[in-house]
Amino acid sequence: MQVEELPITVNTEQTKNVIQIKNLHKTFTDREHEVLKGVNLTIREGENVVVLGKSGTGKSVLIKCIVGLVIADEGEINVFGKDICNLPEKELNKVRIKMGFLFQSAALYDSMTVRENLNFPLRRSQKHLSAKEREAMIIEQLHNVGLEAAIDKMPSELSGGMRKRIGLARTLILKPEIMLYDEPTTGLDTITSKEISELILSVQKKNKTTSIIITHDMECAKLTADRIVILKDGLIVAEGTYSSLENSQDEWVRSFFNK
Amino acid sequence: METAIKDLTVTDEKVAPKSALGTYLKEAFKSVGEITIFGGRFFKELFLPPYEFKAFFIQCYKIGNKSLPLVAITGFIMGLVLTLQARPTLAEFGAESWLPGMVALSLIREIAPVVTALISAGKIGSGIGAELGSMKVTEQIDAMEVSAINPFKYLVVTRILATTLMIPLLVLFADAVGMLGAFVGVNIHNHVTLIRFFHQAISKIAFIDIIPATIKSVFFGFFIGLIGCYNGYTADNGTESVGKAANTAVVMASLTIFIIDMLAVQIIDLL
Repeated sequence: MQVEELPITVNTEQTKNVIQIKNLHKTFTDREHEVLKGVNLTIREGENVVVLGKSGTGKSVLIKCIVGLVIADEGEINVFGKDICNLPEKELNKVRIKMGFLFQSAALYDSMTVRENLNFPLRRSQKHLSAKEREAMIIEQLHNVGLEAAIDKMPSELSGGMRKRIGLARTLILKPEIMLYDEPTTGLDTITSKEISELILSVQKKNKTTSIIITHDMECAKLTADRIVILKDGLIVAEGTYSSLENSQDEWVRSFFNK
Repeated sequence: METAIKDLTVTDEKVAPKSALGTYLKEAFKSVGEITIFGGRFFKELFLPPYEFKAFFIQCYKIGNKSLPLVAITGFIMGLVLTLQARPTLAEFGAESWLPGMVALSLIREIAPVVTALISAGKIGSGIGAELGSMKVTEQIDAMEVSAINPFKYLVVTRILATTLMIPLLVLFADAVGMLGAFVGVNIHNHVTLIRFFHQAISKIAFIDIIPATIKSVFFGFFIGLIGCYNGYTADNGTESVGKAANTAVVMASLTIFIIDMLAVQIIDLL
């Protein structure tokens, strides 16, 4: 299948590329199959890109490669002009600190309270801040996600939606320039999913972040996407805006939109 | 044609067990190699800043303080049972007065270090394996990494250091409580004052009895921490792997304790 290029709304002349992926390959030896087979993708500053695809097509692997959690076998991943595939740990961490990652499970540290969850990365990356300044930032972030009351709760006391919000607050407290969301609405009810999608959009507008959102939730995609890319068998097979892909000539592409 | 098929079957049966053994040995050597690399990374990260003092003290509290009741009960029973078992034989030779010294030597040299280490492998080693395994499965370790926090230093180095320091202290505590158990054991049949009992026990002990046992305990502690951390940190995805990590940590640590003990006895014999 040829890559289907459809009109994109972002003005490409006025924005710079923050992520450039060239010919990315990844094979897991235990799975004995190539998950990514030469992915090429460019993400521009301030853009919200939604990645769609069936389960097992390499969507999560793609964003884990971008943040350096999975090492690519071949290809380049330029983030802010630096190829993160060849960076030493110390340099990679400097790039990572500019990126936020919301995990599918929210990945809250379950031995820490909500306050400690937010304070933990902040204390380590912003060493110049006093305890009072950190506390103020924690309260501000919890206010942004509407969960100030949960500050002393343990993650086990929170619902799925609350955990996602706290996970988002923990990520945003470091003021990332790029946000990576791994299925942010999975396992949530329709109303909570919509709330999370709206939160993603408000974060992007308020902080002017660049986002990559992996999702199966088409409502989330419709609400948040400036551009959608579709992965199939480790390759990007279509990209464009929601409306252009929704009316694609390709039946398989249209099937994502229940058409 | 039939004969040829028969021959092939026989050959397969002969080859199969060898192949299984080969696979088992290959996996065993692979694990040893990986643990060695993991241990090498521990020593490398140990000396590099930043130092996680707070996390280290929390682990010392969790591993040391929270194991005290278990070690106390076990130590007391060890001393009591050893005394009650040894007394009839010594009484037969009219050597009951040797009982405190003999029990003290047995406890300090061998029983307290090995039994405390085995209990710790069960309680602490499995706990570390399950905790880190669970953190791995729920992506908490990945979350640290993407926040530019070194999870190895924060989770692994602190735990291995804590077990290395705390296990010898727990062994010394088990020695003391075990002696108290022995005192109770002696007093079931005879009346001996506490001062006299400890005077008799301590008169038979030299530093050469305590130092090798303590050094041995340091190695026990190090390997309990290392094996627990390795199994948890390298756990596969899926909840099943958490149980597997905890279980493997106990089995591997217990086996390693016996191997270290055997080597320690050989080395002490040479000295």
